[in-house]
Amino acid sequence: MKAMSVASGKGRFGAYGGRYVPETLVPALDQLEREFDAAWASAEFHAEFEAILSEFVGRPTPLTEARRLSAETGLHVVIKREDLNHTGAHKINNAVGQCLLARRMGKRRIIAETGAGQHGVATATVCALFGLRCEVYMGEEDCARQQLNVFRMKLLGAKVIPVSSGTRTLKDALNEAMRDWVTNVADTHYVIGTAAGPHPYPAMVREFQSVIGKEARAQYVQRYGRLPEIGLACVGGGSNAIGFYAGFLADPEVRLIGIEAGGHGLSSGQHAAPLTAGSPGVLHGSYSYLMQDEHGQVLPTHSVSAGLDYPGVGAEHSYLKDTGRVEYRAVDDSDALAAFRRLAELEGIIPAFESAHAFAPLFEAAYLPLGSRVLVNLSGRGDKDMESAVQLLEL
Amino acid sequence: METMGRIAERFAALASRNEKALVPFVLAGDPSLEDLPGILDALAVAGADVIEVGIPFSDPIADGPTIQAADQRALDRGVTPTMVLDTLARWGRSEGPPIVLMGYLNPILRMGLDEFAARAAASGCSGTIVSDLTPEESGEWREASRRAGLDTIFLAAPTSTDERLDIVCQSSTGFVYAISRTGVTGAAQAAPPEVTDLVRRIKARTDRVVCVGFGISRPEQVAMVCQAADGAVVGSWLVDRLASDWNGGAGRGRLIDDVRKLKAATRG
Ligand SMILES: Cc1ncc(COP(=O)(O)O)c(C=O)c1O
Repeated sequence: MKAMSVASGKGRFGAYGGRYVPETLVPALDQLEREFDAAWASAEFHAEFEAILSEFVGRPTPLTEARRLSAETGLHVVIKREDLNHTGAHKINNAVGQCLLARRMGKRRIIAETGAGQHGVATATVCALFGLRCEVYMGEEDCARQQLNVFRMKLLGAKVIPVSSGTRTLKDALNEAMRDWVTNVADTHYVIGTAAGPHPYPAMVREFQSVIGKEARAQYVQRYGRLPEIGLACVGGGSNAIGFYAGFLADPEVRLIGIEAGGHGLSSGQHAAPLTAGSPGVLHGSYSYLMQDEHGQVLPTHSVSAGLDYPGVGAEHSYLKDTGRVEYRAVDDSDALAAFRRLAELEGIIPAFESAHAFAPLFEAAYLPLGSRVLVNLSGRGDKDMESAVQLLEL
Repeated sequence: METMGRIAERFAALASRNEKALVPFVLAGDPSLEDLPGILDALAVAGADVIEVGIPFSDPIADGPTIQAADQRALDRGVTPTMVLDTLARWGRSEGPPIVLMGYLNPILRMGLDEFAARAAASGCSGTIVSDLTPEESGEWREASRRAGLDTIFLAAPTSTDERLDIVCQSSTGFVYAISRTGVTGAAQAAPPEVTDLVRRIKARTDRVVCVGFGISRPEQVAMVCQAADGAVVGSWLVDRLASDWNGGAGRGRLIDDVRKLKAATRG
């Protein structure tokens, strides 16, 4: 299949990205693009953004040297602790940035989609802080498996709208949020929670999340006087990974790896690994790798982790895959769960199921060269997953 | 000067009779694909001027609950774009209302732009509407369509700026599809009064034919829209009606009666 050419040149990463949306949304995307470009060029906006990240979110997040994990795996493992952000994941970096933009645009109603509920909680939190109305779309299946986060959102004053269409997971929550936005675009800003979607979202979300990689690089260099050899992150829509990579893309000596959700295994077809096992297509406004059938219908996905259970991926990852700069790989549910347990036992850290995927390769024999200096981005904490863990691990 | 397409011919003939167009939308595969030829014939008999045939898609973000559910039923029946085109090819009326395919970009991309355009044209289709394709991203698709002799119809929205309306009009052939309201497809109680504003804004900048769709289901709404526009699209109402009362053709007489009433409303 042939890629569409770079017709407008807008928001493209090689052939990927673009803006494939109903006409109704184009003026809002144009406005958002102008507003973001102006804000990102303004010292005042950066000062405001950084002040909230420091005094409300609790940044910078630390690096933790994982000594017992290192001893067990024969690697030198250091962890970037995005789980220590207020609300428990990296998602809030982006939610703060986008809600600041919404406020600048005079939009008082915020909508969001959420899978694991972390982005929904982050958005509801920032809306409470700013006094904005917040409505969050969440697939019915995800409402059930991430119930704790549904309660948190409600307590924060947000309305949670369960989505019963399609596979009742993240993809369908995104569809419903898009439809809401098409209908209420005049007074509503849609805070997409990952580095996917139409231009300017992929570039904008990367910038808001790039604080992860910039901090991590500076902290690592300061502590060890050198760069890590390997950087690992999990990839759902790709926001924690792209923000983390942003600190290292210009360092060719750092080998970057993205971990997708292998679900029940790639050969089972029940997974959420578009970069590893999909092909390029258009979903949710951009051209990127996608899980689709031979007729261009989007396939159902499966992952134990609600935040990775998505058939698409941010366009920049497609570009980084094709150029070979980042290596993408899938990890099965069972290996992610094993890593979840080992991280808790060895380091006293309970990761989110999503983040546990990024740790699984450390335990894989003969994958990473022994003695390698590895930096893993721990995108979020696992409190939200305790109910599922009790069942899956028979705790 | 290129030869006039079938859609343009149709609108020229309507204009000469001082009539506007009734443009029904059906989703291919709901009810079953085997029903489609009979449905198209019934719509033609009832006076449809152009017929939009929807290609089912798994993630129809511009559609409301009615058409979403129809998409899902069609996909559950195993309907594919190829099957839709093959069915239209077999139906193959060169005299009846021109067929416009309506759908989303990914299935087209998957088949390949040139391949899809060529097969659509060979199946007797006259044009396409792609709900998630804006003029700016459509360069290659317009090229492929031009080579195949297909019209490309783009959507104008109430939120479109004047500058964008110019781009939409310049890129559209056949007609311009004006969306009646900011929102997704779905029948509404009343067509919003601002629909005529958008049509007037478009008419002030172009001599293109303009049809209005989204939320139109009743003869009064068709009549209201046709005061300003050149045609009215009736979608969700018909999709609902076919799902509940086609019954393998048993509902054909009732359908023809009701669609005739809609058509009568285009005659002012
Ligand atoms: C903790 C955590 N990590 C990762 C993800 C996946 O998203 P992304 O790939 O955008 O970082 C999520 C999404 O819900 C999450 O909650």
